[in-house]
Amino acid sequence: MSARTFRVWRGDAEGGDFAEFDVEVNEGEVVLDVVHRIQAEQAPDLAVRWNCKAGKCGSCSAEVNGRPRLMCMTRMNVFEEDEPVTITPLRTFPVVRDLVTDVSFNYEKSRRMPAFAPPKDLRPGEYRMQQVDVERSQEFRKCIECFLCQNTCHVVRDHDENKPEFAGPRLFIRAAELDMHPLDARSDRREWAQDDQGLGYCNITKCCSDVCPENIKITDNAIIPMKERVAGERYDPLVWLGRKIFRKDKAPKSE
Amino acid sequence: MSDNTINDVEHLACDVLVIGAGGAGLRAAVEARLAGKSVIVISKSLFGKAHTVMAEGGAAAAMGNANANDNWQVHFRDTMRGGKFLNNYRMAELHAQEAPARIWELETYGALFDRTADGRISQRNFGGHEYPRLAHVGDRTGLELIRTLQQKLVSLQQDDEAAGEPESKLQVIDETTITELFTDGGAVKGAFGYRRSTGRFMAIAAPAIVLATGGIGRSFKVTSNSWEYTGDGHALALRAGARLINMEFIQFHPTGMVWPPSVRGILVTESVRGDGGVLKNANGERFMFDYIPEVFKAQYADNPEEADRWYTDPDANRRPPELLPRDEVARAINSEVKAGRGTEHGGVYLDIASRRSADYIKSRLPSMHHQFKELADVDITAAPMEVGPTCHYIMGGIEVEADTAASAVPGLYAAGEVSGGMHGSNRLGGNSLSDLLVFGKRAGEYAAAHAAAAEPPKLADEEIETAIQNALRPFGNDGENPYELQNALQAVNGRLVGIIRKADELEEALTELAALRPRIENVTAVGGRAYNPGWHLALDLRNMYLCSVTTAMAALERDESRGGHTREDAPGMNPEWRKTNLVVSLEEGAGEVRLTRQPVPQMPPELLDLFDPTELSKYMTPEEYRRDSPAGTPSAGTGPADTDSTEAEEA
Ligand code: SF4
Ligand code: SF4
Ligand code: FES
Repeated sequence: MSARTFRVWRGDAEGGDFAEFDVEVNEGEVVLDVVHRIQAEQAPDLAVRWNCKAGKCGSCSAEVNGRPRLMCMTRMNVFEEDEPVTITPLRTFPVVRDLVTDVSFNYEKSRRMPAFAPPKDLRPGEYRMQQVDVERSQEFRKCIECFLCQNTCHVVRDHDENKPEFAGPRLFIRAAELDMHPLDARSDRREWAQDDQGLGYCNITKCCSDVCPENIKITDNAIIPMKERVAGERYDPLVWLGRKIFRKDKAPKSE
Repeated sequence: MSDNTINDVEHLACDVLVIGAGGAGLRAAVEARLAGKSVIVISKSLFGKAHTVMAEGGAAAAMGNANANDNWQVHFRDTMRGGKFLNNYRMAELHAQEAPARIWELETYGALFDRTADGRISQRNFGGHEYPRLAHVGDRTGLELIRTLQQKLVSLQQDDEAAGEPESKLQVIDETTITELFTDGGAVKGAFGYRRSTGRFMAIAAPAIVLATGGIGRSFKVTSNSWEYTGDGHALALRAGARLINMEFIQFHPTGMVWPPSVRGILVTESVRGDGGVLKNANGERFMFDYIPEVFKAQYADNPEEADRWYTDPDANRRPPELLPRDEVARAINSEVKAGRGTEHGGVYLDIASRRSADYIKSRLPSMHHQFKELADVDITAAPMEVGPTCHYIMGGIEVEADTAASAVPGLYAAGEVSGGMHGSNRLGGNSLSDLLVFGKRAGEYAAAHAAAAEPPKLADEEIETAIQNALRPFGNDGENPYELQNALQAVNGRLVGIIRKADELEEALTELAALRPRIENVTAVGGRAYNPGWHLALDLRNMYLCSVTTAMAALERDESRGGHTREDAPGMNPEWRKTNLVVSLEEGAGEVRLTRQPVPQMPPELLDLFDPTELSKYMTPEEYRRDSPAGTPSAGTGPADTDSTEAEEA
């Protein structure tokens, strides 16, 4: 057991400041345990989101000493003994209160995502897929929607003006997941990612992959393959012509 | 937000109001919307974070993909055995029959389960299931279920948008807690709650309401449950006039993490055992062979050689005892630790490292591998895990009609963990995800039908005003901090109403709970209304309190041991008690909890015929299962005598 100083941002959309708490830390604890202790003993109204405390629900995202992390999966022993711990809310989303942010941006983007299109000729129970084929999409379905990647991506971090055009890495992996789904009946997932999700804004910095607590290779396994294939098809005059004919509403943009 | 806006109550209306956005609630919402009704889903957390995501192992459904001998009858049998024949047989029957269709349907919504070599849905072994039966995605099946249903809801919203329907046809309202149900002439007509982010109140008029709020686990300190599990639906239903059954039956999952202390209780999936892991005590002994109860001796191997052969040749060998139903395994671990054969931190070892290759472990159990590495510095491919029982699931819940999921209150339906009866005295692993799909669908269907025949209800200003006063009371109180009170409540339950119970301790628990009541009524919240977790907990506490009282009362009354209820002073099952359900309701007016007895529904002959009479004889009185004697309704209404208990043998 040792005493530590926690600096926790407190405030709301109007503004706020850091509050300092001297708090006890026990062996094996994670940052969220300590935040809970602050709540129980010093600040009952300290706003923080959490559910599972096991890295499975993606609720407890925050920035700890400047790094986007899940508070429930951040062990206290990653910090030096005398290092103060500073917690701030996710920067890319508007603050609701204290450590809680308004993440509705992500839900709005997923509302725009065309759903899985079931194959017309198969009834329930008739789906047949090979494990190797589902695995590529399964990697992306591990996503716990912590939105740390969304928070980190420089296209929208500190750039609210890009938000209308840009869906972000969490939604790129959703597009890739459906694109790679062995039985999804749509064939325009990549074009959609390019034209509607703003995939073109991404310049493959891989910062999203670096913060993903599920270790999803967002850039290598989703974004790059999607970009390559979009590019490949668009330089193919026949495909390009086909797209022009069938999708009059959206003129293909070049990258 | 200015004070004026915050004091305006937001008024909404819909045909079907679904309270709870876990698997059961979302499946109900899908069904009600497909039936053409307008639906509002209330989610206590963000959309897609519900406790269902914590389910790891899988969803049980007799699809017969891994073993063609499997069918609904076998699944039904396993479920009844697991529940020690206290289950509502009709629920268990519907569940076993409909689970495969509910799983296949998820594939049409986009779910991606793990596959068999011939491309079908893979199925894994689990405790109490005769054949490999759990559809799964690694060890994150619950997440797949939630994400799939979440995405299905979004796709229905997109369909509505394309068809020019208003957004209000299917709405998910997140981070909102319901504190009251409104009734009129005994039927439900709406609900009242607050948005967590602002603290603003909301009143929703609805002729049909589906409760899908999950369980009560936060009333225990060592639990696998999230903060949401405060028994809201159980308490709302009681206050609205519904009845709860089987509240004494709480499942302690045998394998929760035990070290470090901050992770105590976090779930370690049963799949570890299904995939070859074994339990050992501190002396390295594989102790489960010593704990096979008489009723299960025909199905479980009594030596390691046979148990190990079973993984590759299940037809010719009996199952390893590590895969006994959860209540048996939890009690066995408890006994080993009590006998001084526990680990340094008060658990036992769960070892898969010495039995399976590192690659196999990482591919079958990726999130366990991750969880132990991150939280406990243990590499499960190289070292055993330390595990012990954790409060996981309540079998008890709202008494419902099996086919319709309807409670005794007209218009009020319940599905998933908040409902009771399906699992009897003990739930088999894997039967929860399938339960919430089967009965979530049914609840949505029948709630929609009810709404179609009902007039749009009206809420009165006075009842809303009363609900507002109740919700704001903690701000005016001068009592204790809600976190302290939650600790006090958890301490009583953990110490006196835990995995092993005794009459005098349960009496003590009731006395201590009664002493907590005025303190909980006087709980104090400080700060403002916007996102104030202290206030939220203050309001949840009264639900936790009510559920705790019902559990302690029923546990005291049932002087036998069965499934998730073990009485040290009344060991063994009593066939007379098997015929009896304990039912809880609230007295009108004073609101005191009332406990009554009621017969368990009798299995019809065609279902009894699925069992060998020698097996039935271990659970039932002869007149119940003997076909030569007139079955009739035995003396269930009067309940078992307190003295002459005939004990079935149990380890
Ligand atoms: S790789 Fe693309 S999506 Fe990921 S952080 Fe960089 S710019 Fe954003
Ligand atoms: S992709 Fe990873 S970082 Fe992004 S939301 Fe999903 S889990 Fe979080
Ligand atoms: S609380 Fe669920 S991921 Fe941290």
